[in-house]
Amino acid sequence: MEVQKFYYDNKIVKKFAFATLLFGLVGMLVGLTVALEFVFPQMTYGVSFLSFGRLRPLHTNAIIFAFVGNGIFTGVYYSLQRLLKARMFSDALSNIHFWGWQLIIVAAAITLPLGLTSSKEYAELEWPIDIAITIIWVIFGINMFGTLIKRRTRHIYVAIWFYIATWVTVAMLHIVNNLELPVYFFKSYSLYAGVQDALVQWWYGHNAVAFFLTTPYLGLMYYFIPKISNRPVYSYRLSIIHFWALIFIYIWAGPHHLLYTALPDWAQSVGTVFSIMLIAPSWGGMLNGLLTLRGAWDKVRESPALKFLVVAVTAYGMSTFEGPMLSLRSVNAISHYTDWTIAHVHVGGLGWNGFLTFGMMYWLIPKLWNTKLFSDKLGNFHFWIGTLGILFWTLPMYWAGLTQSLMWKEFTPDGYLVYPNFLETVTQLAPMYAMRAFGGLLYLTGFIVLLYNLFKTMRAGNFVADTEAEAAPLQPYQPGPVKESMHRVIERKPLAMLFWSFVAVAIGGMVEIIPTFLIKSNVPTITAVQPYTPLELEGRDIYIREGCNNCHSQMVRPFRSETVRYGEYSKAGEFVYDHPFLWGSKRTGPDLQREGQGNKFARNNLWHLNHLYNPEAISAGSIMPPYTWLITDKLNDTHIADKINAMRKLGVPYPEGYEEIALEDLQMQAKMIADDMKNDPEGVEISPDREVIAVIAYLQRLGSDINNAEEVPLK
Amino acid sequence: MEVIFILIGFSLVIALGFLASFIWATKSGQFDDNYTPSVRMLFDDGESPADKDNNNNKSDKS
Repeated sequence: MEVQKFYYDNKIVKKFAFATLLFGLVGMLVGLTVALEFVFPQMTYGVSFLSFGRLRPLHTNAIIFAFVGNGIFTGVYYSLQRLLKARMFSDALSNIHFWGWQLIIVAAAITLPLGLTSSKEYAELEWPIDIAITIIWVIFGINMFGTLIKRRTRHIYVAIWFYIATWVTVAMLHIVNNLELPVYFFKSYSLYAGVQDALVQWWYGHNAVAFFLTTPYLGLMYYFIPKISNRPVYSYRLSIIHFWALIFIYIWAGPHHLLYTALPDWAQSVGTVFSIMLIAPSWGGMLNGLLTLRGAWDKVRESPALKFLVVAVTAYGMSTFEGPMLSLRSVNAISHYTDWTIAHVHVGGLGWNGFLTFGMMYWLIPKLWNTKLFSDKLGNFHFWIGTLGILFWTLPMYWAGLTQSLMWKEFTPDGYLVYPNFLETVTQLAPMYAMRAFGGLLYLTGFIVLLYNLFKTMRAGNFVADTEAEAAPLQPYQPGPVKESMHRVIERKPLAMLFWSFVAVAIGGMVEIIPTFLIKSNVPTITAVQPYTPLELEGRDIYIREGCNNCHSQMVRPFRSETVRYGEYSKAGEFVYDHPFLWGSKRTGPDLQREGQGNKFARNNLWHLNHLYNPEAISAGSIMPPYTWLITDKLNDTHIADKINAMRKLGVPYPEGYEEIALEDLQMQAKMIADDMKNDPEGVEISPDREVIAVIAYLQRLGSDINNAEEVPLK
Repeated sequence: MEVIFILIGFSLVIALGFLASFIWATKSGQFDDNYTPSVRMLFDDGESPADKDNNNNKSDKS
């Protein structure tokens, strides 16, 4: 057997590593900024693109897709070539992948602060960027599968199975969740509405965690822990079993993000059941990672890289135990909408993804530059300050979540809420928010130490652009005397043939039927629920642009503590015209579902105007930022006809030809609201063409339709 | 709630795809040996002997 000589491409690994480090810094800086906005709400006074609602998506996207994303590609491009004994399929595709991904990140960094967002969490980017992501992801896939085809080893190591599952599933999730109807450049409406949109979003959102933050990193764990400790993985058999179990179970757990919402109960229960089952494969992976180090703990003491990996895997174990617990209804009733969830994701983000990336870098950079790490001492310092940072970050947030939830739910013996004013439950958390920001600062400090350490390491070494390697070419597999192609087997079995044909037809049929099917399903079950007026629609789009849903939910759960505080609980039928849904996932401020006219706690237009202009003046101690630009900026109503047309295409029953008079309607309603504020005894004069008028119109409409519903007697 | 059929449909397609690849992997002997691959990935980077010694020395220390 002749031995072939070839070279591993290290340059692409280096590029992705640099991008990981750069965007890690950016993502963490934005994170620290938003953490400080909780402590100093006036910090970015009047600067629209620095407000929390716009920066929060930037932080999450930067960390998930820029920092962790580039981290995945760094590890994949390094390990895939070595595990398969082949250079990447195409250097050109590698580079297109790299530069394409970075351009997407830059596009995100520009559009998100500008408020160009679809509002769906971790899928905020608008449709042109969504298309670019799809193209680049496919290029990555071609490059990866091309390398698999030209591999020189028969066996596919378990890490690669994780990479493959990641690629396939993320492609599907991204496409299904981002099906949207473009209205104009950088504005679109989700194809789905209300409950349906919520379900698709959290099916995506949960699996983004599963298949972007978990499976690829498990692949990296299975490569780098054995490599760095120079020990084989504890049980290869377990790694295979837990891989298949994990990917089969993960995809069904999404509805646990919607417990007690208007989603049907049975769907919620399915999500819970699968979430509980997830403990087994998740812990299989964690134990496998940790037990790999049995008998090698002396190496952990010496190597900063291994220290990071140990804490990373431990954090993975903790958050995958916590996740199923949070999926239990009784626990979720306490934790949901609070900072508990935020703490949970940061155990995963800072601990699992962050520390695993750091561990990988401390080993990889010296290896690529053919030298030793500049300073183990600094590495250890980073480890300890980073770990402290995680503790300072998460513990106060767990405390905050529990505190706030208990305050929301506390009743006096006479049956009144102890804290009827939502604000009291927020001001209580001020010290915790400050401690969280401090924790973030520690973590960031550690990261800067890493940058310095790695920079000095690179300076001391020489970069090896191509590593020479040798291996024999792949020989055809000989399973035994009988060998038949899959299709021949099927041909001889009519039943199997029938089954696969059915699957093929079903897929085809689904693609054909889905769009019409979805639109017809938007028939309101509550007849009083009507489409938004043009002005309200514009107000809703501003609500989306400002990212109000990052701090305000629109979903009153059927608990006494919530119906007493907010009003009637939310019904699925109320959201049939909501493209996209805006239920939110966190209550930094109160729920807004019953904010509209006709509800128990509705407020007048002037209150909203004053509150948006300066929340602190109305509610002392409020941490909501002032939205001054809504009052100074003129509403752009030039697209209203297009928006009405788009909504009609999605099944919202605006009458034929309504788009012609929509603008007129809009201006009339705006004038009414402006007049109402002028005529108020303490009134102010405001031009009806301002953005704030549209926002007020939308807020006054929230959850008010069901008040017009006729009473249906119970049988 | 009609969208659930779509999600179940897509999830099933993915699951069936995974199932097919699992069957393929098993039939093509991917899981015949549950030990050697875990060891082979450690020392077998396929790098040239000179290079390999060099790197191994380094990684032991780091």
